[in-house]
Amino acid sequence: MISDGVVEDEEKWLSAGIAGLQQNAFYMHRALDSNNLKDALKYSAQMLSELRTSRLSPHKYYELYMRAFDELRKLEIFFKEETGRGCSIVELYELVQHAGNILPRLYLLCTVGSVYIKSKEAPAKDVLKDLVEMCRGIQHPLRGLFLRSYLSQVSRDKLPDIGSEYEGDADTVMDAVEFVLQNFTEMNKLWVRMQHQGPAREKDKRGKERGELRDLVGKNLHVLSQIEGVDLEMYKEIVLPRVLEQVVNCKDELAQYYLMDCIIQVFPDEYHLQTLETLLNACPQLQASVDVETVLSRLMERLSNYAASGSEVLPEFFQVEAFAKLNNAIGKVIEAQENMPIAGVVTLYASLLKFTLQVHPDRLDYIDQILGACVKKLSGREKLDESKATKQIVALLSAPLEKYKDIDTALNLSNYPRIMECLNDGTHKEMANVIVQNIMKNKTCISTAEKVDALFELIKGLIRDLDGDTHDELDEDFIEEQNSVARLIQMLHSDDPEEMLKVIQTVRKHILTGGRKRHPYTVPPLIFSSLKLVRRLERQDESVSGDEVSTTPKKIFQLVTQTIEALTSIPVPELALGLYLQCAEAANDCDLEPVAYEFFTQAYILYEEEITDSKTQVTSIHLIIGTLQRMHVFGVENRDALTHKATGYSAKLLKKPDQCRAVYACSHLFWLDDHDSIRDGERVLLCLKRSLRIANAVQQMANATRGSSGSALLFIEILNKYLYFYEKGVSQITVESIQDLIKLIRNEMQGDASPSDPAADAFLASTLLYIQFQKDKGGAVGDKYMLITD
Amino acid sequence: MNYIIGAFKPACSITVSFGDGKSRKQVALKKDNGKTVLMPVFHSQDTISGKISIEPNSGKKVEHNGIKVELLGQIEMYFDRGNFYDFTSLVRELDVPGEIYERKTFPFEFSTVEMPYETYNGANVRLRYVLKVSISRNYGGSIVEYQDFVVRNYAPTPSINNSIKMEVGIEDCLHIEFEYNKSKYHLKDVIVGKIYFLLVRIKIKNMDLEIRRRESTGSGSNTHVETETLAKFELMDGAPVRGESIPIRLFLSPYELAPTYSNINNKFSVKYYLNLVLVDEEDRRYFKQQEITMYRLSETS
Repeated sequence: MISDGVVEDEEKWLSAGIAGLQQNAFYMHRALDSNNLKDALKYSAQMLSELRTSRLSPHKYYELYMRAFDELRKLEIFFKEETGRGCSIVELYELVQHAGNILPRLYLLCTVGSVYIKSKEAPAKDVLKDLVEMCRGIQHPLRGLFLRSYLSQVSRDKLPDIGSEYEGDADTVMDAVEFVLQNFTEMNKLWVRMQHQGPAREKDKRGKERGELRDLVGKNLHVLSQIEGVDLEMYKEIVLPRVLEQVVNCKDELAQYYLMDCIIQVFPDEYHLQTLETLLNACPQLQASVDVETVLSRLMERLSNYAASGSEVLPEFFQVEAFAKLNNAIGKVIEAQENMPIAGVVTLYASLLKFTLQVHPDRLDYIDQILGACVKKLSGREKLDESKATKQIVALLSAPLEKYKDIDTALNLSNYPRIMECLNDGTHKEMANVIVQNIMKNKTCISTAEKVDALFELIKGLIRDLDGDTHDELDEDFIEEQNSVARLIQMLHSDDPEEMLKVIQTVRKHILTGGRKRHPYTVPPLIFSSLKLVRRLERQDESVSGDEVSTTPKKIFQLVTQTIEALTSIPVPELALGLYLQCAEAANDCDLEPVAYEFFTQAYILYEEEITDSKTQVTSIHLIIGTLQRMHVFGVENRDALTHKATGYSAKLLKKPDQCRAVYACSHLFWLDDHDSIRDGERVLLCLKRSLRIANAVQQMANATRGSSGSALLFIEILNKYLYFYEKGVSQITVESIQDLIKLIRNEMQGDASPSDPAADAFLASTLLYIQFQKDKGGAVGDKYMLITD
Repeated sequence: MNYIIGAFKPACSITVSFGDGKSRKQVALKKDNGKTVLMPVFHSQDTISGKISIEPNSGKKVEHNGIKVELLGQIEMYFDRGNFYDFTSLVRELDVPGEIYERKTFPFEFSTVEMPYETYNGANVRLRYVLKVSISRNYGGSIVEYQDFVVRNYAPTPSINNSIKMEVGIEDCLHIEFEYNKSKYHLKDVIVGKIYFLLVRIKIKNMDLEIRRRESTGSGSNTHVETETLAKFELMDGAPVRGESIPIRLFLSPYELAPTYSNINNKFSVKYYLNLVLVDEEDRRYFKQQEITMYRLSETS
């Protein structure tokens, strides 16, 4: 309510001010039109008197000021014409100073001063000096700021700069700089003073209002940067020291922050680089509440961009030892500002790091140094929990990864893991993720056990539960993370088998700490990685008969066995079974019969003891059959034992169709094309017949329970098996048996009770088509097929 | 009514014209009745000469006991209005007793007249120079005609003209140092100076520089002092802090000032002061007054 009233009043005052201004402007125009200098001065002064108000906020005052500004432009033109009509500019310059009120007087003086400079009747520097001095009369912050901003505005294009038409004799740029600097200094003083005047309860409001005015002050720095004559030398010797002196001495938080930022933004990069020391020395002198970290970060950001702009600028950086200076300055700032939030500290280091990466990509020691300093600050504190700080730290740690695209480099940084230590669990995990993603993105290959160890230590947030992190739900993120780790494991590779084994051992050591939640994700890739090594060894063995090498497949298999055992504590038997079978196959390739047998045994045990779900049983048994079929290492006895078991399992499946399918699959166990020893046609036939019996039983059961026979699909499948073995030349499979089977199928399908089954129809049709196709092909196989008639 | 007016109508009209009336400089001067009239300006040691013509009205003759012209320098105090004190009185006889039938012109001359004082119109006192033409008659009283003129005296540029520099203050409240570049200013001069704030503990709203004229008349216990503010010039807007210095530049030409007169004929003095006034936010005024000497500089130099 109260503030509403104030706003309303302000509106009222503003419109009153505008009305007064317009009225006097009207009279002024009339005087201008009739070339009445005396009246023009009188009414313009009255018009400008409206600016004497203390009632308006900066925003509203600005509105009023802008109107006056427009009117003054017209007046300036009039003054210019007036000098053409014989009134000397010097006289005019005196005349406007007769005004009794100071504010209108000074506005008029600046306006005439502008004409005065243009007339070149006096050196620009003298006029400017006089104006900037006279403006001291306005000590009211708001009015003073606007007056001086007006001065700055009208004088901008009239500075005695090099190459300007107002350029005077020697050292003329100095005068221009001096003028702008002085105006800047005075404006800043007024601006700062604003904070301290008026009641304390409106402090925040004043802070806000000052924020609105800051560009008036900053404009001066912009003008300075535009002066042609300000070269590096002058910037270094005069401009920067003077500006900084003002910034430091004003002891005002808002001003210091804004102006430092202004300096950094308006002046060219190479100037900053050459004056780095001066600029940085100012930072620790700023008020403790100033957000120095942002200021410095911006500076470093700018310099980084500058460094990135081209390699030809880099020598400049080396020449001025930019890194050492920045590092030093940051240290000092952190030291000077005890209360700096940790986020600020980290921001500073992150910026410095980015800078270093850009400028000194080859200096890992610098980077490590930065990280070390950061560790020093972080250690001995609580683990970081503040979101801003963690965000910054992730940025800090990600920067080297992004730059080098190579985790190798990061692993060389001794302080890198130490910073990771300081993170809280969530951040640690996040960071670990970043690392893993980075490796995968860049396809980095990590090839020594030592590095692997370091890496896993680094990403331990993903590898194992950290303290207190015991939630059990397997959310999507978790799965995603673990999949990443799995992919990471696949990326580890060394050409040296021995080293590779060490790598595997190291990984194993780490992932075994991961707990049951993670094992299903992390163990398989490790196993496969191990088996890959086994196969490599196998290939090598042929060329190099190196029995002396300590890395033998046997050893690896032991390791693998132990690793898979870790899975048994978790109920994922089907996974373990699969892995065992994979191992068995690898062992098979290495001609290690006992090992392979052992793996099969393990798989069978799992099948018998752990796998109870019928669906899983079906897939498992097919897996077993498939693997076993390919095994050639086994002797007759072992093979018999295993095949016998497998067929036994098949016949004991719960659902008849499953049984049927498993049994006919078993037939393959007795006939291997590329193995002369395993060609037992009898038993193949036996299996097929048995499956036929089961298929029949299925049909009968269907008739019994539902009154209609089931699909003929199973028969067709068996027919295909018959055809397969027939083609292979199994003598026990006769043409008659095939023809009988076909007949049987047709009967089944044409029976009244049989339901129509498009899939079965199609299947049969294509099977018959195949027979026809083989017949047409001719040759030995074709001849064989010719015997089959419908 | 006409004949009555006719009866009181002076018997003749007298006009005074100065010898160099056309070329002589004239200034505007405010008369008693509030009207401004232009009058010739003379300086001390000038020769005042011209012609006086007397023309009888409507052909009547004027009988007289002699005609004279007087140059009078007079001081009139307003508490004693109408009573003139002549500090200068010179007489020239124009004609011996006789009769005037028609327009008659008499030349006159007062050579190198000493006129030490300037014409002055103050608050309580007036100093004037006048030519008084009197035709003395036996009957009907004398016919008198006055012609005012203005006297202005130039002063040389003072050989010693020190600046005024002073530190003033209220303990633990306000300490300032101010400086005016001179202590003697001519009438078209510019006051240049600055105010330096050594200590500011009050909330100042603004600061003005005033020019004040102090006119004292009479002497002893009868002394009457009148002070007028002739100019009020804002020097500063807002509250300065310690260490600020505020420039002063005040052009005197727009103001109607006259030189400092000290003890004119033991009748009156006119002095000028610069008054520096600081006003705080509660409209309290803090001021320091400083006398300056005004003088008239020859306009040609």
